[in-house]
Amino acid sequence: MTVSTDTRALRTQGVKKRPARDGGIRESAVSRTVAMAVMIVATLYFLTPLWWLLVASTKTRGDFTTTNPLWFADFALFDNIAALVTYRDGVFLQWLGNSALYAGVGALLATLIAAMAGYAIAKYTFRGRETLFNVILGGVLVPATALALPLFLLFSQAGATNTIWAVLLPSLVSPFGVYLSRIYAAASVPDEIIEAARIDGAGEVRTFFTVATRLMAPALVTIFLFQFVAIWNNFFLPLIMLRDENLFPVTLGLYVWNTQVSQIPDIRALVVIGSLLSIIPLIVTFLALQRFWQSGLANGGLK
Amino acid sequence: MARDTAVREPAVRASRAVRHRGALAVFLVPFGALFVLFYLVPILYAIYQSLLTVEREGTFGPAVQVFGGLTQYISVFQNEPFWASIGRVLLFGVVQVPIMLGVALVLALLLDSPLVRGSKFFRLAFFAPYAVPSVIAAIMWGFLYSPNLSPFTAVTGAVDFLSAETVLWSIANVVTWVYVGYNMLIIYSALLSIPQEIYEAARLDGANQFRIALSIKIPLVVPALVLTGIFSIIGTLQLLAEPQVFQSFSNAVTSTFTPNLTIYSTASVPNISLAAAMSVVLALATFVLSFTVLKLTQRRTAQ
Repeated sequence: MTVSTDTRALRTQGVKKRPARDGGIRESAVSRTVAMAVMIVATLYFLTPLWWLLVASTKTRGDFTTTNPLWFADFALFDNIAALVTYRDGVFLQWLGNSALYAGVGALLATLIAAMAGYAIAKYTFRGRETLFNVILGGVLVPATALALPLFLLFSQAGATNTIWAVLLPSLVSPFGVYLSRIYAAASVPDEIIEAARIDGAGEVRTFFTVATRLMAPALVTIFLFQFVAIWNNFFLPLIMLRDENLFPVTLGLYVWNTQVSQIPDIRALVVIGSLLSIIPLIVTFLALQRFWQSGLANGGLK
Repeated sequence: MARDTAVREPAVRASRAVRHRGALAVFLVPFGALFVLFYLVPILYAIYQSLLTVEREGTFGPAVQVFGGLTQYISVFQNEPFWASIGRVLLFGVVQVPIMLGVALVLALLLDSPLVRGSKFFRLAFFAPYAVPSVIAAIMWGFLYSPNLSPFTAVTGAVDFLSAETVLWSIANVVTWVYVGYNMLIIYSALLSIPQEIYEAARLDGANQFRIALSIKIPLVVPALVLTGIFSIIGTLQLLAEPQVFQSFSNAVTSTFTPNLTIYSTASVPNISLAAAMSVVLALATFVLSFTVLKLTQRRTAQ
């Protein structure tokens, strides 16, 4: 409120004091240079490690430590990839596939389940609605790592540790997804449309799938993407649940390899190229869907 | 928003809820069941487990779990490594969270100002590390810190990034690298929602970008800063993947370096009940800390 009154005051003064603008422009030539310098330093900080990883992945084992780390030497990227995917019967590809399964299926189902719950909370009135929402909101504050040990205790009671389900099932729950869906459904699915679908004789569930999901699409993409990243990056849960190497996601697999570098020095090159290959899917997904998640963050992240 | 409509037409909404009980069940039961199974039950089970203690008849008798009341909690409070690890992550948080959010704020302000060209490129460049899983980021930086592997031998020769004194801050740099872009994007989204005319008026009055940022933009993005601050505090107390990976690079990272590492190593002893009690204490500490920050900042903004 205070801001809008200030604005009006500023605006009236601004008309009187025109010459001040020149001062602003002269100053901004300096500010512009400083600002760009900060941006370039920051870019170097954020991208140099990734550049190093890319360059290091293309090198032969001999060149890895002997040539300029930030520039290419003999190009051996494809040899390295071949060595990686054939090592120990292609266990790396298995890990990559497991990650894709856990993150892809997990995020898809989590998005659907959260969207239905968020939609119902936004569009229907029922007893205990606010209590339910507040409990779910409390769930947003419970970090995944805090749940890993309790989940392990529970799954070991059921004898279900060291299975796909031990990693997949817990990642189907996204309280943040319910929160975002509720906000987005309330704002973007008008009651009139639901009412119209009802008059046309469409069932409630069908209306959700045919009408509401389309209107909620940006929120759904955002939920899917962040849940996908959360599952792909998850480390503690698989670490604590899984013993069988064939069930490992790629993060856990590379972690285990990295602990073996001192005993098997040759494995280091595989860790480097494996790291590169494991982040490419995420970077590509983020770039491809940036339009959606950026607007999703802007609309829902902060209300 | 949903609340507003509910207040306006309570009669219609209430009757609708009764009519669509079946649909509501379809929408809410999947999430509700999973939330109960994989959030609430594990938490309750961890609390139950933390109240048990192991008793043996004689030295070699079979171990029997019996109800031990608060025995495990007394052990937690007497467990020095656990409290040392809490102190370590608190120190980490006090230094790292303000630096990370400060950098994120400055970069968001620069992206939002007219001083910077190519802001789309910078936005993606800064956000890219968020797509790198913590485990991979830690492996990558571990290589960059290692004196014999690093591309920056001049730096790593002069400073030992992996010594007992420095390794905490080397890990802080990894966390900062991954999360600055994410936090920047949330703050940037908040900046985008500020109406443009406020700036135009201020500029006409001769206010430079620095002044606009200081007295208009920053006060308006305080809610975003609080949100990112709370999530950063939670993340700090739950620190696990980065130190776990750094154990391969530095002997200074012990098995009780952070609370979650302590819990993990206690659970692998196996001393499940003590680990469960530690999890409960850590979850409570996390909750109290983030709640306190929320209340303190709310009071300050209200004044």
